[in-house]
Amino acid sequence: MDLKELYRDVILDHNKRPRNFGRLDPSDAHADGHNPLCGDRLSVFVRMDGERVEDVRFEGKGCAISTASASLMTEAVKGKDKAVIGALFHKVHSLLTQQDAVPGAELGKLAALSGVREFPARVKCASLCWHTLNAALDKGASTVSTE
Amino acid sequence: MAAIASKARPETALDADRVRKDFPILERTINGRPLVYLDSAASSQRPLAVLRAIEDYETHSHANVHRGVHALSQAATEAFEGARERVRRFINARSSREIIFVRGTTEGINLVAQSYARPRLKAGDEILITALEHHANIVPWQMVCEQTGATLKVAPIDRRGELLYDEFLKLLSPRTRIVAVAHVSNALGTVLPVKRIIDAAHAQGAVVLVDGAQAIPHSSVDVRALGCDFYTFSSHKIYGPTGIGVLYGREELLAAMPPWQGGGDMILTVSFEKTTYNELPWKFEAGTPNISGAVGLAAAMDYVEGLGVEAIAAHEQRLLTLATAELQRIPGIQIIGTAPHKAAVLSFTMEGVHPHDLGTILDTEGIAVRTGHHCAMPVMTFFGIPATARASFGVYNTERDVASLVAGLQKVREVFG
Repeated sequence: MDLKELYRDVILDHNKRPRNFGRLDPSDAHADGHNPLCGDRLSVFVRMDGERVEDVRFEGKGCAISTASASLMTEAVKGKDKAVIGALFHKVHSLLTQQDAVPGAELGKLAALSGVREFPARVKCASLCWHTLNAALDKGASTVSTE
Repeated sequence: MAAIASKARPETALDADRVRKDFPILERTINGRPLVYLDSAASSQRPLAVLRAIEDYETHSHANVHRGVHALSQAATEAFEGARERVRRFINARSSREIIFVRGTTEGINLVAQSYARPRLKAGDEILITALEHHANIVPWQMVCEQTGATLKVAPIDRRGELLYDEFLKLLSPRTRIVAVAHVSNALGTVLPVKRIIDAAHAQGAVVLVDGAQAIPHSSVDVRALGCDFYTFSSHKIYGPTGIGVLYGREELLAAMPPWQGGGDMILTVSFEKTTYNELPWKFEAGTPNISGAVGLAAAMDYVEGLGVEAIAAHEQRLLTLATAELQRIPGIQIIGTAPHKAAVLSFTMEGVHPHDLGTILDTEGIAVRTGHHCAMPVMTFFGIPATARASFGVYNTERDVASLVAGLQKVREVFG
């Protein structure tokens, strides 16, 4: 297990200076995510233009992995269609859980999360924001949980 | 005996290096580093004496208890009931009828909540707990309140993590039917003034349950000297196996309580018209019990008394004092729980680093600490933090472990800058 693989400079940077951090006002939908195991909480806000995510922001308190993952996610999904975001989530999930997954170019900076898979206890930290974003896009459940 | 002897010779220091040889798991490495186990408050490790007692029982003496006339059933019954007597002596209960084997502290509290509290409480009655309780000493009472209409009251703590005793007294009234308190806080290490709490509660006619999960490995517990009505703890916090624990209850209270679960072993006669329940303590032990668990717990108590409860407590206090001083010298570390009277539990946060990240980095160094809310979310809320890292010390920890923790925390600082 290589600590440098987990805490890459990109991760540490996005943890220290999270992008798109704060409430989005006005927004079309938001959802709250909670990881009861470690107490991480975050909210994701979206403003839609049809099927396209026009703007997205998040706020909350969490570990470096969860904060950086949410920050990277907001950068990656802004301006994209829901269908594209769904496919991206699928790729991120593979990256986080499958040992042999090779990050494709479409992941961009999200590839920095590949070190997480060496630390199974931390996968949920990285995926919480994505589940929360999905809930916001579905406008279904208002709170999602990693459990 | 050992405890008395060590009281007479308080200078007798525990030889932790020799103790470590009794715990085979401490020889293993984690991520290529020697294991530094600082999570005994979550679950302690087991000495060879416990592992061998369990193996010996399973290899030579196992059958079901209280069932057969054959030799093995009698041997198993003797081992199981012998363990009960061992527990009675360890906590100085009056009678082994007052020792109920349960799965752990959680089950002990639930048993009292459902069998003692639920049939007696009604709207207008109150249950009083404190703000530093483990979820296991909160949720069972909330359930009883829902079932009976009783009200849960919570005595506050201060910023050091100490119970505000005067506020506790103000909340205590003739309406208070049950007081349920931790002996030692698992999240903060605070030792509560349980004797004073018990005396004050009794003066108002309330019955007192003490959650002893975190106290039992660090102190000699005498239930008669305390005067508590119920005391419950888990075996795996005191170097015994998981899946077994003890509920002590005063005999007159237990005798008046209905069984909690029905089944075999808890009955005298069964017909479809009427069943008569077994005597204490078996009335509360439906089904085949955790026999080898009880044997392991008894061996753990032998082990602890062999070293001397007071000697263990003194050793852990030295480590706590050392670790507290060392951590306070690291910039950005804040110790959560600074009561003057603490057990060997050290909760802390590091500025700019989430406890979860801290725990992962320490783990790569082979250091096991607990990170999270410690099943005490209201405590975290009180301090305005999502989680803490918690180092806890047991009989096998040494000054070297404290040094490893300090070095590990410096590594965390390096990673996070």
